[in-house]
Amino acid sequence: MSDLHQLLKLYEGRPAAVAGRGPDPVNRPMIRHWCEALGDTGPAYRGADAVAPATMLQVWTMPGLGGPAARSVALAEVFALLDGAGFTAVVATDCEQEYLRPLRPGDEITFDSVIESVSPRKTTRLGSGHFLTRRTEIRANGELAGIQRFRILKYAPAPPASRPAERPQPVVNRDNAGFWEGVAAHRLLIQQCDDCAERRFPWLPGCGACGSPRWTAVDASGAGTVHAYVVVHHPPAPGFDAPYAVVLVELAEGVRMISNLTGVGPGAVRIGMPVELEFQRVGEGRELPVFRPRGADA
Amino acid sequence: MTPKEPKKGDTLPPLTIPVTRTLVIAGALASRDYQDVHHDPEAARAKGAPDIFMNILTTNGLVGRYLTDHFGPDAVLRKVAIRLGVPSHPGDELVLNGTVGSVDGETVVVDVVGTNRLGRHVTGTVTLDLPGGGA
Repeated sequence: MSDLHQLLKLYEGRPAAVAGRGPDPVNRPMIRHWCEALGDTGPAYRGADAVAPATMLQVWTMPGLGGPAARSVALAEVFALLDGAGFTAVVATDCEQEYLRPLRPGDEITFDSVIESVSPRKTTRLGSGHFLTRRTEIRANGELAGIQRFRILKYAPAPPASRPAERPQPVVNRDNAGFWEGVAAHRLLIQQCDDCAERRFPWLPGCGACGSPRWTAVDASGAGTVHAYVVVHHPPAPGFDAPYAVVLVELAEGVRMISNLTGVGPGAVRIGMPVELEFQRVGEGRELPVFRPRGADA
Repeated sequence: MTPKEPKKGDTLPPLTIPVTRTLVIAGALASRDYQDVHHDPEAARAKGAPDIFMNILTTNGLVGRYLTDHFGPDAVLRKVAIRLGVPSHPGDELVLNGTVGSVDGETVVVDVVGTNRLGRHVTGTVTLDLPGGGA
């Protein structure tokens, strides 16, 4: 047994809450709110002889927002010991309720609670920690109405599982929105100047050759050749599995475009390699125009 | 239809509950549970959860509702014992299934399992009295 668990065991049987008092008597508005939230249309919870849903047992003991928690010195010490050992997070795992008599509007709620057990250190999916079980007796106008056994896990959160990172998403703005609308429709659109007929990519508001702001979007065929490339091994980038090829493709229309090459390993990329367009969705993001060697199987 | 004489091994029709953000938050507030992980997505993420998740009191209440809906207004809950497994997040669908485990006079014990896309959210045992309705 660990030193900590030995210490925690000393608290078993000691009070967790003494002479706790429900902030409100059992009442119709809270019953109605509960039934609305849970979609419970049971007729027993309405009308002159209404009772509270049995499963509300614990609700009547809840301190609420900023209310004084009916927490004993012993329970505060147990929490402090666990917090101090790094078991700072808490999650409820088990709830057993026994109902001895129905609760009715007007019933005044009092309760006492005892620290029933503190488990040895356990390793769970959430992280390692100790289970703490409390047994609470709930009284209505002094009469025992229900018994609850409630178990929580006080645990040290495990480091977040490494999830495959999402690839960064393109920034879409007024200047390039038309390009991304094209991609969504599986079209590769480039701009052509209305005044000097110069084609350009990526999308820009004005012509780099003559300065004209007037342009028309035209379809590229999707055929091209690898003009240049790099194979990235390092540094790691979120959403990319190294090594991967970044290619500068010269489209048949004369403009060049940075993209990725799929369908072959990065070692097979060559300058001058004929490529063709395809659209690829990575993760849950938008589709991206990428290229594969012409004739390679999709 | 409420079976008048439940028998051991009877399966109850499932109850499907869309776990909306509204249900998670309304359930937490109706149970006076103001833990931030039940209403504040940012706080939930800071504690390692992908989103807010349903509190145990709401799950407990839904399990109770499943059985009282099925057995009708005369059924009286005697005991509800639940264990939580995977969390229920907004967007999940929680499907409750029940099997009659035993019948003793007016007292029926039902084993309940609630699953969502992640797996078992809740397993539990519910004991009810069915005055005049038992075998």
